[in-house]
Amino acid sequence: MTATVKYDEIEVGHEIPAVDYNVRRLNLVMYAGASGDFNQIHWNERFAKMVGLPDVIAHGMYTMAQAGRFVTDWAGDPGAVVDYGVRFSSMVVVPDDDQGATITVSGVVEEKLADKRVVVGLTARSGDARVLSKARAVVQLA
Amino acid sequence: MALNRDFVGRSYPASPPYEVSRVKIREFAAAIGDNNPVYRDREAAQAAGHPDVVAPPTFPIVFSLQSGGEALADPGLGLNFAMVVHGEQRFEYVRPVYAGDRLVVTATITDIRSAGRNELLTVRSEVTTVDGEPVCTTYNTIVERGGAA
Repeated sequence: MTATVKYDEIEVGHEIPAVDYNVRRLNLVMYAGASGDFNQIHWNERFAKMVGLPDVIAHGMYTMAQAGRFVTDWAGDPGAVVDYGVRFSSMVVVPDDDQGATITVSGVVEEKLADKRVVVGLTARSGDARVLSKARAVVQLA
Repeated sequence: MALNRDFVGRSYPASPPYEVSRVKIREFAAAIGDNNPVYRDREAAQAAGHPDVVAPPTFPIVFSLQSGGEALADPGLGLNFAMVVHGEQRFEYVRPVYAGDRLVVTATITDIRSAGRNELLTVRSEVTTVDGEPVCTTYNTIVERGGAA
């Protein structure tokens, strides 16, 4: 269990290029089943609108999982993520069409810690909205 | 409706063991669209130095949500589920979660507060193996929209 990124080769300010992740209704149905979160706001447009939402919205955890995937793909090992936290600052609205929504994730190394660990600050956007804030992962590098 | 502050500090009994299966990890990885072979293939995981298939970092939501759910379902708390959205989430790892782990979760309501018109509630869940080995701690903050209005 080793990251492929070497601590000594990474400086504070290192930018991890942005990646786009697509989310359609099908993804939300799959995520509901896999996670056990069947809250209707994530699949039932009628219910979502009834409780004052613009449309069906993605599970926050689906968005968090995409930003997590961004980090594990960069680090090269899922086991390298030792701490990962986010705040859900805006909704990802997922229309019922073939395009769905796009979540764009980027990252920057904000701090180098002891024991070859780094803090990666994450940015996730969908449309004009910043959908995660205070999103950071502590990653154990090689 | 404002949430009952008396619930802060309440801990709930350890959950029955949750057995992490390769099939569930694969299903979760498929749902988040992640094709990493260490989530699917034992040999690939072992080649990467893991004892078995690894769970993605956000996988503990699968079982930590359920244990916290017991606390949130208590009618005395006064939570209106229809107005709940996820506020914050954090996973702090001692080690990764692996297929074959038998995990128990102990949930505690650590905070209830108002933010504008909303009520915020935080549940901390300690995740250990059935033998008491610490694996991770999760922090889940939910928002009840309009709850403080």
